Amino acid sequence: MKKIVIALGLIGLSAFALAQKSSSDSIAEYRQMLQDGNPADLFEAKGEGLWVQKRGPKNATLEKCDLGKGPGVVKGAWVELPRYFADTGRVQDLESRLVTCMQELQGFNADEIAKTPFGKDEQNNVTAIATWVAAESKGMKFNLSQSHIEERKMYEVGKRIFFMRGGSHDFACATCHAQDDKRIRLQDLPNLTKNPGAGNGFGAWPAYRVSNGQMWGAQLRLNDCYRQQRFPYPMFGSDVTIALGVYMGVNGKGGETVAPAIKR
Amino acid sequence: MQTRRETLKHSAAVASLLAASGLFPQYAQAFEKAAFEAKTINEAIKSMGGAVPVESKDVTITGPDIAENGAVVPFGASTSLPNVKRVLLLVEKNPSALVAMFNVSPDVEVNFATRSKMGQSSDVYAVAITNDGKAFFAKKEVKVTLGGCGG
Amino acid sequence: MADPMRIRAQAAGDKATVRVLMSHEMESGQRKDGTGKIIPAWHIQDVTATLNGKTVLTAEWGPAVSKNPFLQFTIKGAKAGDKVGIIWKDNKGDTRTDEATVS
Repeated sequence: MKKIVIALGLIGLSAFALAQKSSSDSIAEYRQMLQDGNPADLFEAKGEGLWVQKRGPKNATLEKCDLGKGPGVVKGAWVELPRYFADTGRVQDLESRLVTCMQELQGFNADEIAKTPFGKDEQNNVTAIATWVAAESKGMKFNLSQSHIEERKMYEVGKRIFFMRGGSHDFACATCHAQDDKRIRLQDLPNLTKNPGAGNGFGAWPAYRVSNGQMWGAQLRLNDCYRQQRFPYPMFGSDVTIALGVYMGVNGKGGETVAPAIKR
Repeated sequence: MQTRRETLKHSAAVASLLAASGLFPQYAQAFEKAAFEAKTINEAIKSMGGAVPVESKDVTITGPDIAENGAVVPFGASTSLPNVKRVLLLVEKNPSALVAMFNVSPDVEVNFATRSKMGQSSDVYAVAITNDGKAFFAKKEVKVTLGGCGG
Repeated sequence: MADPMRIRAQAAGDKATVRVLMSHEMESGQRKDGTGKIIPAWHIQDVTATLNGKTVLTAEWGPAVSKNPFLQFTIKGAKAGDKVGIIWKDNKGDTRTDEATVS
């Protein structure tokens, strides 16, 4: 009698285990099916065009924009950002650096672009260009510099911010993203404190979100994280967002970039 | 039941007649909008010139078992049947069942892929309509789930 | 004019597989705005594919096709260097044509 009960129990458990595996395999299959034909391509194409298009009050292109590897060098720039820039005296991520270039080279007003809501006007262009720049580093590995004191400082700031609990729900980034094998409903939560989570998680944005058909850059992704944590919105290109980028990017060193990715 | 079947046969016969008489293109224009407004699978197929569809191993539908988000669900519809004139993709539980319709020409393989919105978990159909107005289908159950907060 | 499409056409033997990404809102007509009014349906209705100018495929789409639609099909008898054209027309009468060379 005891043997039968144990046997039945084991069968029950294994069936349960199989069912569990199935769901997450099915989701992985769904995601795989969407890889070919990522609408991010459309934004990539737009961004590529914007890079060489004469625009703004100065009627100039962005072809002399220095993303850290020299004016106009786009390949490989993404996997080294955020980094320190001597001309602005600060550590910048891709999107804030693009806005700097749009101001210096094309005559746009950086503050105005920063204040523009995501999905509107020049922010759309920033997102498109960021998508293209990230795509130009496809297949490369993250290799952020920590040689400048400001870069090291931002890493430490990012780390503290990552673990800082606050807001009405006492959330921190770490609440969701500092452990392995966690998920919310069907979303696996990457552990952003180390690889592979850091490289994959940080390296997935800009990404196309199928749920709303929008292209999201890292700035918007972080903005939305803060919204979910019930924190006030960080400003576009703020030190908070850049510091977090440095923290995750350095944690993700050696991880392969997958941007622009496709997400639910 | 019998009355309905006869009515449908009649519709199919009418459709075939019209097709044969060359009035099809004009008739097709009126067809199309009605088809996309049809609420049920059979209604949509009927307005696309097909009889009540029968299941066939020669029609294939590919798609995920679970869609993480119903806004974008990838599907493939193909068939090895001869004399196919149209291929339809339908989601049973959508407000209007018909998603897309492909007109087959001798220059393309009868194999199409696109992405559909799904309002909820539902059976999804690939239907091949042949030149003589017969309709053959394959179906697949797709579960739709809204994902979590991140990702 | 609407944003450009991305068309990739790859030859394999005597066929070419064509993959297209179109930029379109594909508003279903089911959603309501903030005031409770239905946002009108706005979607691609007709799609035509050509090979060196000759129509090889026509399709009709309803509002259920996903936003920024993806389409894949295979053209028989196509080879590298051939031109694949895609034209779409939406229910507001807007249209877009793009071309790609089979590689």
